[in-house]
Amino acid sequence: MRRPRPPLFLAPDRYRRRRLMDGARMLPVAGAFLLLLPILWRPTAEGHHTAAEGLYLFGVWGVLILAARLLSRPLLSTEDDPPPDQGDPAAAAGGDSAG
Amino acid sequence: MIPFNLLVPVCLAYVLFLFWVAFAVERRAARGPVPWLRSPLVYTLSLSIYCTAWTFYGAVGYATRSGLEFMTIYLGPTLVFVGWWWCLRKLVRIGRRQRVTSIADLISSRYGKSNMIGVMVTLIAVAAATPYIALQLQSVTLSFGAFAAGVPDGWAQPGRDSTAIWVAVGLALFTVLFGTRTLDANEQHHGVVMAIAVEAVVKLVALTAVGVFVVWGLGGGPARMFATIEASPLAEWTLNPGRWVGLTMLAGAAVMCLPRMFQVLVVENVDERHLATASWAFPLYLFAMSLFVLPIAVTGLAVLPAGSNPDLFVLTLPLATGQGWLAMLAFLGGFSSATSMVIVAAIALATMVSNHIVMPLWLALRPAQAGRDDLRGIALLARRLAIAAIVAMGYAYYRLSGGSAALAAIGLISFVGAAQVLPAMLGGIFWRGATRIGAAAGLIAGGAVWAYALFLPSFGPDAVFSQVMLAEGPFGIGWLRPQALFGVTGMDPLLHALFWSLALNTAAFCLGSVLSFPTPLERVQGAAFVNVFEEGPGAPGWGRGQASAEDLLVMAQRILGDEAAEALFRREARAQGKASPLPDPTPGFIGALEREMSGSIGAATAHAMIAQVAGGAKVSVDELMAMADETAQIMEYSAQLEAKSEELARTARQLREANEKLTQLSVQKDSFLSQISHELRTPMTSIRAFSEIMMGGDTPPEMAARHARIIHDETIRLTRLLDDLLDLSVLENGTVRLSVETVRLDKVIDRALAAAGSTRPERRFAVMRDPGPEAIHIRTDPDRLTQVLINLISNARKYCLAAVPELRIRVRQRGGRVTIDVIDNGEGIPEAARAMVFEKFARLTDQTRAGGAGLGLAICREVMANLGGSIDYLPGQGGAAFRVTVPLRAPAAV
Repeated sequence: MRRPRPPLFLAPDRYRRRRLMDGARMLPVAGAFLLLLPILWRPTAEGHHTAAEGLYLFGVWGVLILAARLLSRPLLSTEDDPPPDQGDPAAAAGGDSAG
Repeated sequence: MIPFNLLVPVCLAYVLFLFWVAFAVERRAARGPVPWLRSPLVYTLSLSIYCTAWTFYGAVGYATRSGLEFMTIYLGPTLVFVGWWWCLRKLVRIGRRQRVTSIADLISSRYGKSNMIGVMVTLIAVAAATPYIALQLQSVTLSFGAFAAGVPDGWAQPGRDSTAIWVAVGLALFTVLFGTRTLDANEQHHGVVMAIAVEAVVKLVALTAVGVFVVWGLGGGPARMFATIEASPLAEWTLNPGRWVGLTMLAGAAVMCLPRMFQVLVVENVDERHLATASWAFPLYLFAMSLFVLPIAVTGLAVLPAGSNPDLFVLTLPLATGQGWLAMLAFLGGFSSATSMVIVAAIALATMVSNHIVMPLWLALRPAQAGRDDLRGIALLARRLAIAAIVAMGYAYYRLSGGSAALAAIGLISFVGAAQVLPAMLGGIFWRGATRIGAAAGLIAGGAVWAYALFLPSFGPDAVFSQVMLAEGPFGIGWLRPQALFGVTGMDPLLHALFWSLALNTAAFCLGSVLSFPTPLERVQGAAFVNVFEEGPGAPGWGRGQASAEDLLVMAQRILGDEAAEALFRREARAQGKASPLPDPTPGFIGALEREMSGSIGAATAHAMIAQVAGGAKVSVDELMAMADETAQIMEYSAQLEAKSEELARTARQLREANEKLTQLSVQKDSFLSQISHELRTPMTSIRAFSEIMMGGDTPPEMAARHARIIHDETIRLTRLLDDLLDLSVLENGTVRLSVETVRLDKVIDRALAAAGSTRPERRFAVMRDPGPEAIHIRTDPDRLTQVLINLISNARKYCLAAVPELRIRVRQRGGRVTIDVIDNGEGIPEAARAMVFEKFARLTDQTRAGGAGLGLAICREVMANLGGSIDYLPGQGGAAFRVTVPLRAPAAV
C-alpha cells in the first residue's frame, strides 16, 4: 500500500514570478494570432467592412498595450534576481565552450 | 492662410529652438547627471524616431492606396515590444554588457570581433538607409511645395532641388554639431536624444491635432466618421494575406535592425528598466500615431480634388479648409519627423562607418604611426565626414530615383535591406553554434538578393537595370529575372524580394554555421552573448603578453582622452593595491580596457588596437587552455579555502566548548572558595568568641574548662578540614603516593568497621557480612581503601535514622574487578541530590548534624580514581547504598 505523497513544495512567490515571465513570453504570440486573424476574413456579399476591421485591430492593439502595461511592473521586480532558468542548460554547463 | 514667406522663418525658428534644446541639455549634462533627462519617458519618446516622415505623411498615402495594410508597419513593432521579454531585453543587456556602439558592432563583436562582418553590416545598413534618408528629404521638399503651391506671387515656388539641398545641409550641420561632439563612452548623446524627444512630442501633437480637426471638425464625430469610412472608396481594398503577414514580420524585424532604431533602443539606453516602460508606452505612441490615419485618408479623398497627392493629405487638408495655423503645425510635425530620423540615422551610420571602415583602414595603412597620432581627432573627423557623405548619398538617391515614387514604397525597400541583418543578429544571441562564416554567407546572400531584386530596380527601368533585363532576365536567363527569381512570378516585387532575400539569407547562415568551425574568440563571444543573463565575467581573452602598462596608457589616452584614461588606470591601480598610477597589465585589466575602448571605437577596432600593443591578435587554443587551467586552479584554491574554513569552524566550536568549560570551572572555583572561607570562619568565630570570654579572666574554672574544650574541638575540626583539603588537593593533582601491597579484603573491612565505630558510638548497628566472597586477596593501597570504607560506614552511622539500623556489606568479584557495596536501611539519598553528593562541600542536611566539612565523599571519589577504581551511588537498595569498585590489581604505574 502506498502512502499518499505530500504535495510538492514550491515557493509560491517564485512560482508566480516564473508564470509571470511565461505570460510575458506568451503575450506576443497571442497578439500575433489575433492580429493575423484578418487574413482569414473574406469580403462578405454586402461589401467591405474596413471601419469595423479597423476597429477590431485597434481594439486588439489596445488590449495588447494594456496587458503589457500590467505585466511590465511586476516583471521589473523579477529583474532584481536573474531567473535561473534562462539560457540553454547544456550551454551553461560549458560543454560547448572549451577549445 | 499662412503666407509662404512666414513658413521659412517659423521653420528656422523651430530649428534654432532644437539647437537650443540640444545645446542646453548637453551643457546641463556636462555638469552632472540629470535624472529627468534619462527617464523612461524620454527613452520612449526617443524610440519614436521609428515614426519618420514616412509615417507622418506616408501612412495616410499608404492607407489611401492599400487600406488597413498601413497598420502592419506599426503592428509588427508592437508585437516585438510587447514581447520584449523574449528578445529586446537580451539585446539591451548584451548591448550594455559589451558596450556596443552600433548594430554592426554588435554583430561583429558576436562573431569573434570580426571586422569583415562589421564592414558587411555597415555596407548593407548604409545602402538600406540611403533610400530612407532620400524619403525624408523628399517629404520635406514636398511639404514645402504644398505650401508654396498657393502662393500667387513673389516667392515663386523654390526649386525642389534647392529646397532639398538646403534641408540636407542643415541636417548635416546639426548632426555634426551634436552627434560628434565627443567620442563618448557608450556613444550616448544626451542633447540629441532630448531634441529627438521634443520632436516626438511635436509630431504626435501635430498629427493628433489634424486628426481631431478631421474627425470632429470636418467629419462630424466618431460615429459619422465610422460610417464615412465604411462608405468610402478606400474601403474597396482587399487584404493580401501574404503582404499582411510579410509586412508585419518585416516591420517587427526592422524595429530591431534599423541602425537608427538600434541606436536609440540599445546604444542610447541608460537603464534596462526603461525597456519595461517602453514595452507598452512605445506601442501606445504608435497606436496614437495610427489612430487618425484612416479618417484623414477618407476625408482627404472626399474633400480634396481628385488627383491630389494622398501622401500630403495631412498638410493639404488643413490648407484646403483654410486652417493655416493647423497646417503650420502639421508642417512642423512632418519636419520634425524627417529631421529626427535623418539625425539619428546619420549618427548611427557614421559611427559604423568610422569604426568599421575608416579606423581599421587607417590602422592598416599607417601601422607605424598608429602609436603616435591622436586617434580621437581622426575618429571624430571620420564621423563628421561620414555624416556629410551619408546625407549626401540620401540626396543623390533622391535626385536619381526621381523623387516621385510613393513614400511607402521607398520606406519598405529600406526595411527589407535592414532586415537582412536579422538572421545573423538573432542567431548570434540565441544560438551558440552560429559562426562568422555562416553570418558572412547569410549577409552576402541576403544583401545581394535585396540589391538585385529590390534596391537596384527601385531606381526605375533603364536607370541601373535595363527594361529588357527586368523583363527577360540577364542574358535572357528567365529564372534570374530580378523581380521573378527562380520562376516565382505571382508575388508582388516587395514580397518577392523579402521572401527570397530572407530565405536565402537564413539558409546560407544556417548552412555556413553548421559546416564551418568557429575560432576560439568566436566561441568565447558566443557564450558571452547567448548566456548574457548568467552572471560571470566575459572571458577577457588576453594572455599575460608583452604589453607594458605604459604602452596601454599611451594608447588609451588617444582613444579616451588624457584625463579619462589616466583616471581609469589610476582606479585600476588602486584596485590592485598599487601605489603607483600604473596598474599591472593583467588579462582582466586589458579586457576591461578593451571594453572601455570599444565603447568609443567599436569592438573590432578596439580589439585590433589592443592586439597591436598586447601582442597576439587572436586568442589561441593554448591561451584558452591556459585560461581553463587558471579557472581550475582557482576552483581548487577555493575548495582548499572551503576546507580551511571548515577546519576553522571546527576549531572555533572546540574553543567555544573549552571556553564554556572554563567558565563553569571558574564558577565552581568561586563557589569553592566562598564555601571554604565559610567553613573556616565558623570554627574560627567560636574559637575567638570563647577565647575572648576566657581572656576576661572572671570565668569560673568549670566554665573555663568547658570553653577550652569547645576551643579544642573546634581546632580539631579546623585541622581536620585543613587535612581534608590538603588530602583532596594532593589526590586531585595525582601526586599522591600509594603504597600498594597485597591484602585480604575482609581484613580491610574489619579495620574500617572498627575505626568507624567511634562515630556515634551510642548507635548500635546490625552489620551483615558475607565472609565467603570477602576472603580474597587484592593488590591495592590498604590504607586508602580503608579510608574510603571508613568514610562510607561512618556516613551510614551518621545519617541512617532507621529505628533498628543495619548495615550490609556485600562483596562481589566480577572479572578483574571487585565491588564492595555499603548499604544501610535509612531513607537513602533523594534522586535529585545523587549527582552532587560527590562534589566538595556537598551536604544534604544541615551542617550541625553532619559535623564534617562535606569533603568526605569528594575525597573518596578522588581516592578511588587514584586506585584505578570508582565509587558510585547505587540506587534501588532500600536505603543509602554506595558501590566501591576496585581492580584486583591496582595499576602499577600509580
